[in-house]
Amino acid sequence: MGFLEELKALLPGKVLTQEAALAPYESDALTAYRKRPLAVVLPEGKEEVVAVVRLCHRHGVPFVARGSGTSLSGGSLPVEGGIVLALNRMNRILRLDPKARIAVVEPGVVNLEVSRQAAPFGLYYAPDPSSQPVSTLGGNVAFNSGGAHCLKYGMTANHVLGLEVVTPEGEVVRLGGESLEGVGPDLHGFFVGTEGLLGVAVEITLRLLPKPEAYHTLLAAYESLEQAGNAVSLVIRRGLLPGAMEIMDRLAIEAAEKAVQAGYPQAEALLIVELEGPKEEVAEEALVLGEVIRESGAYAVRVAQSEAERQAIWKGRKAAFSAVGRLSPDYLVQDGVVPRSRLGEALKEIQRLSQAFGLRVANVFHAGDGNLHPLVLYDGKKPGELERAEALAGEILRLCVRLGGSLTGEHGIGVEKKAYMPEMFAPEDLLTMERVKRALDPKGLANRGKVLPEVVHGG
Amino acid sequence: MEVRASTLREVVEAVRTYPRLRPKGGGTKPALSAPRAGEVSLSLGGLSGILEYAPEEFVFTAWAGTPIAEVEEALKAHGQYLPFHPPLRAQGATLGGTVAAGLSGPLRHRYGGLRDFLLGVRFVDGEGRVVRGGGKVVKNAAGFPFHRLLVGSLGAFGILVELSFKVFPFPRATRTLRATLPSRESALALLERLRLLPLELLALDLVPPATLEARLGGFPQSVAARLEGLKALLAQEGAQTEVLEEDEAYWEGVRDLRFLEGSPIWVKVPAKPQKVAQLEALPLGPRRYLDGGEVLYAGLDGEGLEALRRAGLPHLVLKGAEDPLYPPPPEAFFAKLKEALDPKGRFPLG
Repeated sequence: MGFLEELKALLPGKVLTQEAALAPYESDALTAYRKRPLAVVLPEGKEEVVAVVRLCHRHGVPFVARGSGTSLSGGSLPVEGGIVLALNRMNRILRLDPKARIAVVEPGVVNLEVSRQAAPFGLYYAPDPSSQPVSTLGGNVAFNSGGAHCLKYGMTANHVLGLEVVTPEGEVVRLGGESLEGVGPDLHGFFVGTEGLLGVAVEITLRLLPKPEAYHTLLAAYESLEQAGNAVSLVIRRGLLPGAMEIMDRLAIEAAEKAVQAGYPQAEALLIVELEGPKEEVAEEALVLGEVIRESGAYAVRVAQSEAERQAIWKGRKAAFSAVGRLSPDYLVQDGVVPRSRLGEALKEIQRLSQAFGLRVANVFHAGDGNLHPLVLYDGKKPGELERAEALAGEILRLCVRLGGSLTGEHGIGVEKKAYMPEMFAPEDLLTMERVKRALDPKGLANRGKVLPEVVHGG
Repeated sequence: MEVRASTLREVVEAVRTYPRLRPKGGGTKPALSAPRAGEVSLSLGGLSGILEYAPEEFVFTAWAGTPIAEVEEALKAHGQYLPFHPPLRAQGATLGGTVAAGLSGPLRHRYGGLRDFLLGVRFVDGEGRVVRGGGKVVKNAAGFPFHRLLVGSLGAFGILVELSFKVFPFPRATRTLRATLPSRESALALLERLRLLPLELLALDLVPPATLEARLGGFPQSVAARLEGLKALLAQEGAQTEVLEEDEAYWEGVRDLRFLEGSPIWVKVPAKPQKVAQLEALPLGPRRYLDGGEVLYAGLDGEGLEALRRAGLPHLVLKGAEDPLYPPPPEAFFAKLKEALDPKGRFPLG
């Protein structure tokens, strides 16, 4: 029996091989890359994942695990001749234990669903990537996803307490536990962010936090991006620790306004700052924040007076990515990070690059974390424009590394950024990643072709 | 035998020279750093000093042998601190030793533990290669996160050389409330309740049999108001409350594990409030559950250690026993990482 026959016998009725059924799995949210997989498998439980991974191992067939396919870096792009393990049917919250403040979930559970289920107990799951109404926790774990609240609350890795993982050779292993503290190497912490290269997480234990008692959400308008960036530095210098600080530039504001009519003022730059915590504490911090924003030269300031007003402020920010789609047929989302104090410098250089390449760039970013999201607008129908957009995006990544930052804050390396890994890491670092990959996956089957650049020079 | 390394080059040389090495920082966790038969002790106390510190970025980078005390002095000058509150500061603990042991103190309750604040590392692997993991910015998802692998690794994968951490502003004012309850059951029930409330306490400890200690931080007026609110809540639950006068000095003693002095064996045990009853049935000495009951630091003797093992409860011995880690890390994952990073088995564990 060949591989496909065995696969179909193993999971009857859960294997897709027809062209039309495979088409939706050809790419993830980075649609510039497409590959037709050999088959798509829809397991409904961890035993089925284990059986499929073992079969792949026996036959030497590569596999890519994916959830909703929201990866913006091509992290869940299929491998030619390989299969896709689509985990969306593994979407049960296995246990929600408010006393222990944990949730044990399958990888196909959607991020926001955890907070929804935890809400009646006054708890929530902190990591909130913009894709949280759609993206799954398995994917969040693979990419160590972030969101607007990373400065204060950390990334996905900080909220994963334990994992059950199927290794690329089909062994099942438990990493971590249920406590906030463990003993021995932090293996579950290491697994988070390895982008599916070291196995498939089939069960995830998450920590939950009490929902903050009060929020104070402020929107400030500036005449320049630089002023908005400086305001962020001022906030930090005064010793405040907001839950989130976000900036949008004119192009992003216009797009968001057209899309969701958030009622934003006309501005070159908008800054959103959100304080959160016990109400007495938030009230005092709000006084300091008010002073800082006045000093920072904002010409219009709005403070949300109700939950509805707070949601209105966030609505525009959260819609910004998709809204930019209205301004241009296609766009690339970049995800570089720079030290916070060098935001101004980075933005100026991005503007210069935008002019030099003749492509518009809209900027939306998590300013508190120095996490930039330049959206490079292009038209895929015009010959050469995608290549030009990719080259411009690449220059932005180089800039981030040059300023002491990182290639990615939350989207991962995937296929999109692997060529830039040598900009950030020395050959020895990359070779070590390869050695680890080979030790755990000697046949190179798990998410082959992602993260690690093909050629690592020197050493 | 002891070898000292005070530069990266000397660390690389030592790794290439000696077949069995056990790294040592301040020596405050002797169960982890004391060399076993056939091992050379690699002392890293000289590999010390802060390399970069940008208060406005909430980030610093330092050599692994830098004493926690030195780091905290530098941070304090800018109103900042290490929110995971590394233990054994006064005894001379270093950054590297703290990471390798994976230890956090009582203030971890507010923002999280060591694993939440380590941003990046450079280390020397078992073949003498210098490897970097993570970075120096507060948000980063590029490449394999070797920095997290080294948390609690007991030196198994390499010698830590350089570390980058996130830090936060220290609250302008702090106050501490002690609440005594009639029974362990009532103390536990209250602890579980407090864990679900948005109180944002800096620390919340259970001191057996039936005492809770909570530390508040923030703007002075807010702290005063919240202290009154908390007092009222605790009194309603039948607790006797008192406000501790020596707030700062008291918690320094706790984070330095002074309550364990006099015990022959010191252990750290991952816990949960739901596990407290099981743990309390064991013959343990002086002890304290930190972070709302998430971790137990206990002093005990040979009998207590034996009881922990018999109960199958994971733990780490800091002092007083040869075999520090129970259970050993999972073979299917750990052994392969060890093979990749320390193929000759130069370092502890596995």
